[in-house]
Amino acid sequence: MSISRRQFVGVAGAGIASMAAPHLVFAESGDPIRVGLLAAKTGPLASGGIDMDLALTMFMKERDNTLAGRKVELIVADTAGVPATARTKAQELVEKNNVHCIIGPLAAFEALAIADYLTEKEMPTLGVAAAEDMTQRHPSPWFVRLTSTSAQCAYPLAEYSAKELKYKKIVTIADDFAYGHEMCAGFQRVFEDNGGKIIQKIFTPLATPDYGSYVAQVKSADAIFLGTAGSNGFRFLRQFIEYGLKDKMAVIGGMTALDESVLRNMGDEALGILTTSWYSAELDNPLNKAFAPAFRKQFKYDPGYYAGSTYVSGEVLEAALKSIKGNVEDKKALMAAIRGSNADTVRGVIKFDEFGNAIGDVYIRKVTKSDGRLVNSVIKTYPDVSQFWTYDKTAFLKNPVYSRDYPPAKNLEP
Amino acid sequence: MQFWIIQGLNSLSLGGLLFLLSSGFSLIFGLMRLANLTHGAFFMLGTYLAATALRSFDGLNIWITAIGAGFVVAALGGLFERLVLTRLKANPLGQVLVTLGMSFIISDACLMIWGGDSIPVPTPQNLQAPTRLFGFVFPTYRLVLVGLAVLVAIALYFLIERTRLGAMIRAGVDDRQMARAIGIPVSRLFTIVFCLGAGIAGAAGVLGGPILSAYPGLDADMLPLALIVVILGGIGSLLGAFVGSFVIGFIYTFGTALFPELAYIILFLPMIFVIAFRPQGLFGRVGA
Amino acid sequence: MKWIAAALIGGALLLPPFLAGDFYINLASQILIAAVFALSLNLLVGFGGMTSLGHASYLGVAAYVSALLTSRYGFDHGTAALISILGTTAMAAFFGVIALRASGLGFLMITLALSQVLWGLAYRMSNVTNGDNGITGLTRPTPFGLSLESPAAFYWFVLIVAAIAFLLMTTFVTSAFGSSLKGVRDQPRRMAALGFNPWLIRWITFVYAGFWGGVAGLLYVYYNKYIHPSSLSTTSSAEALLGVIAGGAGTLGGPAVGAALVLLLKNYASAYIERWNMLLGLVFLFIVLVMPAGIVPGFSQLMAGLRGEKR
Repeated sequence: MSISRRQFVGVAGAGIASMAAPHLVFAESGDPIRVGLLAAKTGPLASGGIDMDLALTMFMKERDNTLAGRKVELIVADTAGVPATARTKAQELVEKNNVHCIIGPLAAFEALAIADYLTEKEMPTLGVAAAEDMTQRHPSPWFVRLTSTSAQCAYPLAEYSAKELKYKKIVTIADDFAYGHEMCAGFQRVFEDNGGKIIQKIFTPLATPDYGSYVAQVKSADAIFLGTAGSNGFRFLRQFIEYGLKDKMAVIGGMTALDESVLRNMGDEALGILTTSWYSAELDNPLNKAFAPAFRKQFKYDPGYYAGSTYVSGEVLEAALKSIKGNVEDKKALMAAIRGSNADTVRGVIKFDEFGNAIGDVYIRKVTKSDGRLVNSVIKTYPDVSQFWTYDKTAFLKNPVYSRDYPPAKNLEP
Repeated sequence: MQFWIIQGLNSLSLGGLLFLLSSGFSLIFGLMRLANLTHGAFFMLGTYLAATALRSFDGLNIWITAIGAGFVVAALGGLFERLVLTRLKANPLGQVLVTLGMSFIISDACLMIWGGDSIPVPTPQNLQAPTRLFGFVFPTYRLVLVGLAVLVAIALYFLIERTRLGAMIRAGVDDRQMARAIGIPVSRLFTIVFCLGAGIAGAAGVLGGPILSAYPGLDADMLPLALIVVILGGIGSLLGAFVGSFVIGFIYTFGTALFPELAYIILFLPMIFVIAFRPQGLFGRVGA
Repeated sequence: MKWIAAALIGGALLLPPFLAGDFYINLASQILIAAVFALSLNLLVGFGGMTSLGHASYLGVAAYVSALLTSRYGFDHGTAALISILGTTAMAAFFGVIALRASGLGFLMITLALSQVLWGLAYRMSNVTNGDNGITGLTRPTPFGLSLESPAAFYWFVLIVAAIAFLLMTTFVTSAFGSSLKGVRDQPRRMAALGFNPWLIRWITFVYAGFWGGVAGLLYVYYNKYIHPSSLSTTSSAEALLGVIAGGAGTLGGPAVGAALVLLLKNYASAYIERWNMLLGLVFLFIVLVMPAGIVPGFSQLMAGLRGEKR
């Protein structure tokens, strides 16, 4: 079978044309807005990824899949919590599905794997990942983050622990990866600036089935700060309680330590634990008072960090789309609208700093019982917290990024 | 001083858990020369079953749940062995593919049924109060786990050394061809042993539940540990699995406490040394 | 018959840049890279009879060395590639000496352990490797001044390297040395009695496999422009092993087919089916039950059977 020259030229021409043509730029009202979601729906991060999907899908459904007058098509891609797959999926969303903007991903290493690519493709991205440097020393004009950096929510809690709870010595424990390092570093910085001392920093390897040996290492202090994510915090806490340590030390946690997704599987042992986050299902604003019960009704559990993150993304996206009258093809305008938005969301009003990171309220929460289930009740609100806390931003950026050893822990007990 | 005692007890309880996990693996590998890479998934299935059963039925006893889950997983294992594994007698690569494939199926099924959350397994009521020792407390359940491991070890010892079934198993381990030649139903024996191994794994999953909790990825965390124990202890040797479990328990617990920088590799270095210098493991009879 | 098949495949490999959009060209590049990696593993598993669960060591180390040399120490790509490959091959030589002290499950476990040690080091030594964040902002080489940024240009590059890899590995396997390797795989004692040195033969193969694993690693890091410790993980090694077995260990083209299958199922099936992990497992079960030696041998048996029936 031979291919005629004409056929070959025709096919080759079509191929070259399809490669050369950019995203078709026509703002036809019939063409839907395509939004891609990068979520880890399988693998160890599955719990968060599934919630991200559920909340965003619910968001779209509530609005009848229409934002700013145009139909919206949501394409969900499973990154499996693996950076290489996240990259493949990002490519698929951009090149095959021709999305106009991307929401997610969740994990820092997923976000870092695709950051260069998304910037090169000029793809507006509403990120969830907390990696500090993505909005500090390596920001991208196409990336915003509506949740918080790893340390952003830890700062208020550190101040609260020192000033109001009057803790003097704290032990920190977190997973041994960047997110844990960054959160504990931020907590340590503000806690020690307010007169406290971090006497021990424990980092547990990612795959730790049994926390027993780590619990036994915990030194005696006023409190232990859990900088953990996913289920590890709760598994550690169980062992902590079984070894009788909860009677001797208070437990406080970061934004993912005792998230609603973890609380729903816990019992009374969690009561009284303080954590900090940019969201709580108990928030008393009109938008959340509609969202949280609706989510609970549909899925039988409270929304937490992960569900909140994509729902807020949807709200910010909608506000931006409304201000550009749905003309999502004009990417620069969309990005400018997102960055300039002052959207009212279920977490409160948020705006973005010049690096694309959200400035919003951070809430200190306490685990209490309400209607027979455990909830994170808000006991204090720190308004308009930025990723730099009260530090001067130029000085902040001159320092190296937070890591396991930076800022150096000077008060560790041997 | 307290540190050494607590970590010592931790080592023992971890060792006990590891023995419960790896005894089944050792049994299967010893007789069938099959590295059952589904073992972690069988274990995890037991943990998830326990999580649901114990949280749904208030009065349910963990020991009964362990036996029940053991039977369920054994049945699943038996089906798998009969329908799939028997056809792969001379195909070790096929066995790798199939056991890994089965582990994907089981773990995805668990994700589908139970979702992505970590689900705790409640500690039995009468063992919840911690034991007071020398001025500190230690979780009672962990101490019980050590006792359980010893019990299971003794039970398996009796099975292998003192029963006819055990004699047939030993014969099969030593010389499969001869065993067949003198009339031992080796195929049926394989199925029985696989069921037993899988069942022990499932029961172990239940018993380990209060310490580990059920979470996606538990299978991938536990399987390498079973492999390490069996390699270190020696193929085909139950004593090797027993000793290996506690050795690993000690190395892991004290290693992560004293040398946190080596946390990731603390388990693999000893194993590399052992295999490099004594490939059959500490007590192995058959070469790896 | 074989020549027609080879020509068809060869022709098909030339098509993607002309027919498909960026997405599919990138997909084709990924498949080729996975194929090279699987073929290198097959030297060990299929032809050498040594099942390894640590082959990702070579991919990861080569990738990391290249990434670090180019991004942090200012080396140019040519030198960096040379140093990476030499380093990876040297590491393979060293690992081979350790791993070959065992066989069967012991060998599997040592290779697993060695790769886990490397994985742990990649995570832990974050001053060097950037730990869990991985190394970003990498570039692609510019051979002869040509840019490889566009998907099509990169595809041609990968195709050429993959073709060379395939040819050299095939030559290795079909040579006299390859025959002695297969002999050692099947009858080591007889080979020793005949005067061959089984250990040396295995070790050479181990090193050669590590070499090509490193080459695959370079292609991998050039494609992704990012490297992360997960590339050194057991999962990464296991996927390659599964691809080799599913495709047909011990055949020349089987691993490529298997690698393509695993890649497509892992990365692309998830767009169409949520339970893709389960699908992957079921596919493996199916392959082993229906085509116990793998897809390629099963397929050629099928073809032979059809031809037999026609006659």
